[in-house]
Amino acid sequence: MVDRRPTIHVSFDGVEYEAFVGESVLECARRVGVKIPSLCFLEGLSVWGGCRVCVVEIAEGHRLRPACATTCVADMEIKTETPRLRAYRKSILELLFAEGNHVCAVCVSNGNCELQDMAVHCGMDHVRYDTQAPKREIDASHPKYIFDPNRCILCTRCVRVCDEIEGAHVWDISYRGESAHLITEMNKPWGESLSCTWCGKCVAVCPTGSLAYQGRAIGEMEHDPAMIKRLAVARNRHEWLYPEEAK
Amino acid sequence: MSNTVIIDPVTRIEGHAKIAIELDNAGAVDSVRFSVVEFRGFEEFCKGRPVWEMPSLTARTCGICPVSHLLASAKAGDAIMGVRIPQTATRLRRVVNLGQIIQSHALSFFHLSSPDMLLGWDHDPATRNVFGVMSAEPELARRGIRLRGFGQRVLEAIAGRKVHSPGIVPGGIANPMTEEIRSELLTNLAEAKQTAEDALGIFISMLDKFDREIQNFGLFPSLHLGLANEAGTWENYDGHLKFVDAEGNTVADNIDPTNYREYIGEATRRDSYLKSPYFKPMVAPGEDVNIGIYRVGPLARLNVCETMGSPLADEALAAYRERAGGTANSSFFYHYARLIEILACTELMGEFLEDETILDTNVRATAGINHRHAVGVSEAPRGTLFHEYSVDANGLLENVNMIIATGQNNLPMNATVLQIAKEWIDGPDIPEGVLNRIEAGIRAFDPCLSCSTHAVGKMPLDVTLLDHEGTVVSSVKRG
Repeated sequence: MVDRRPTIHVSFDGVEYEAFVGESVLECARRVGVKIPSLCFLEGLSVWGGCRVCVVEIAEGHRLRPACATTCVADMEIKTETPRLRAYRKSILELLFAEGNHVCAVCVSNGNCELQDMAVHCGMDHVRYDTQAPKREIDASHPKYIFDPNRCILCTRCVRVCDEIEGAHVWDISYRGESAHLITEMNKPWGESLSCTWCGKCVAVCPTGSLAYQGRAIGEMEHDPAMIKRLAVARNRHEWLYPEEAK
Repeated sequence: MSNTVIIDPVTRIEGHAKIAIELDNAGAVDSVRFSVVEFRGFEEFCKGRPVWEMPSLTARTCGICPVSHLLASAKAGDAIMGVRIPQTATRLRRVVNLGQIIQSHALSFFHLSSPDMLLGWDHDPATRNVFGVMSAEPELARRGIRLRGFGQRVLEAIAGRKVHSPGIVPGGIANPMTEEIRSELLTNLAEAKQTAEDALGIFISMLDKFDREIQNFGLFPSLHLGLANEAGTWENYDGHLKFVDAEGNTVADNIDPTNYREYIGEATRRDSYLKSPYFKPMVAPGEDVNIGIYRVGPLARLNVCETMGSPLADEALAAYRERAGGTANSSFFYHYARLIEILACTELMGEFLEDETILDTNVRATAGINHRHAVGVSEAPRGTLFHEYSVDANGLLENVNMIIATGQNNLPMNATVLQIAKEWIDGPDIPEGVLNRIEAGIRAFDPCLSCSTHAVGKMPLDVTLLDHEGTVVSSVKRG
């Protein structure tokens, strides 16, 4: 199907492309095949712009913007790969690693982790900051799933998918700054949640080993974030409604 | 004037340790202290983690024998789940443990201890190492390295990695064995078996040269602890605990591993991070724990079992017992016992691999948390290994206790070092070859010190800060 939305000109790293009006820099880049790393962004969910891994440089002023939360405007000059951007992305990842307990060797998602993949992609071979080594209590009260906040990077994918796709809104972020952390059902143990439907979408979209299935050993957790894109596309096409409802 | 000889670090062992030998005014050996100076913290930082993670987490205690921790931990996990794992999973775990014993024993004998025996205790220390063996006996060194490589390959093929394998999990094994892996291992097993036989032959042919070492490398009466089974065959994975004395008489048998605390006490010493386990029923409160001294590992296992359960190893066991005079009580015989165990491993592995059921794909039981407390036991290459876990209703660890083989050999290692020092040291001038014999006394046990100092928060520790003039600035004491 031909997309008939009006277009504008933008450039990625000096090469001109056509962007749709209202499209975000990240969406446009992905559509035309320009690679921009991202972490908290997930197609099919609302934009959060929290991780800052998708940061790009815009125009002469070289202002830094998150590509996921920046709308394309006419003649926008976007740089996606510069020494400055690489340094920032690496630093962001180092801070994420330093802030939690990300010990890949003993993680349930070892080998199936977007944070780990991103660290490899950005060349993060060590952490220059002091690790905080927080002692956060695991919530294993749910019969099917387990939540390890030590591995949480607060990307809020679980919050968004539960609210926007499943419609249950079990997850939230409590407190602010360095005290910010995920909670379930107004800070009750997950296993006591009445609104959780056990659908597992939060577990599917988690980019790290923070949310996993119970009983999985090291490296056995495989997430499926693409599932959400499939669901979102299906919803936009009204594929999950009865034909009379879709009208 | 009294004098102290310090050997620090002790070389060609796994970990960091020192030995302090106190000489009296006449220059004779007064006392000896074997101290482990490295420090871990597993029992503390495992708290709060899910039981599913524990095998891989505790495997990090060691890079030489992680499989032992994987097995003990997975067995504790099985018990917490309350499952009887599929028979093929048990067999695969057994094969993995046999591979682990082969690789670890090969490392101990060929890489760490053979330089002393092949090149001589007084050989130039610059070349008294595995490279020296490579120069003097290139074919033997090559085969020893290949034997270890075979053991490592078994771990990789079945459990996913040579070191810290992820494939041993609570409930069984992560992946079934394929026909390709089985035939590869069976093909390479023949060379491993031949190497084990040849190494044993070479060792036996050298034994006559080591009469003084046999008599003085820790020849003393002690108890011996190992896993045992109903058939009386050599056991390394399952079964019950059994203690025998220096004459081979059964002291305690059919002990459910869950009740190990009734039989094993743990003493601490101010100058070492290594705890000193002892046989509890023999030691009254306040008494010297050396009364309850017991040994674990190859020497103890061969004293505990009746037969090896495989033809060639049984022949070797008969000759070994004849040489040792029944129950072996010289720590020097650890080497001998180790080589017999390698041979047994190759034979038993062949039996498991030739059985078609090893390819069964049902290798994992699943269940939730059904019990709050469990003990997992396996025989590590160095001896009996205990993992004891208490979990909350959701399977998060509340308490962890690990009793490591090397810790259980702490009292015997001290006794061995003292005996060697008294035999060879005479006056303040100590030749290097004598110091090497003292280290070799420790090496006979093949200690793994990184494993054995896994605890935190329990060891007594004194820290004194001195300024440049030697004045005490501050002092902190714990324990």
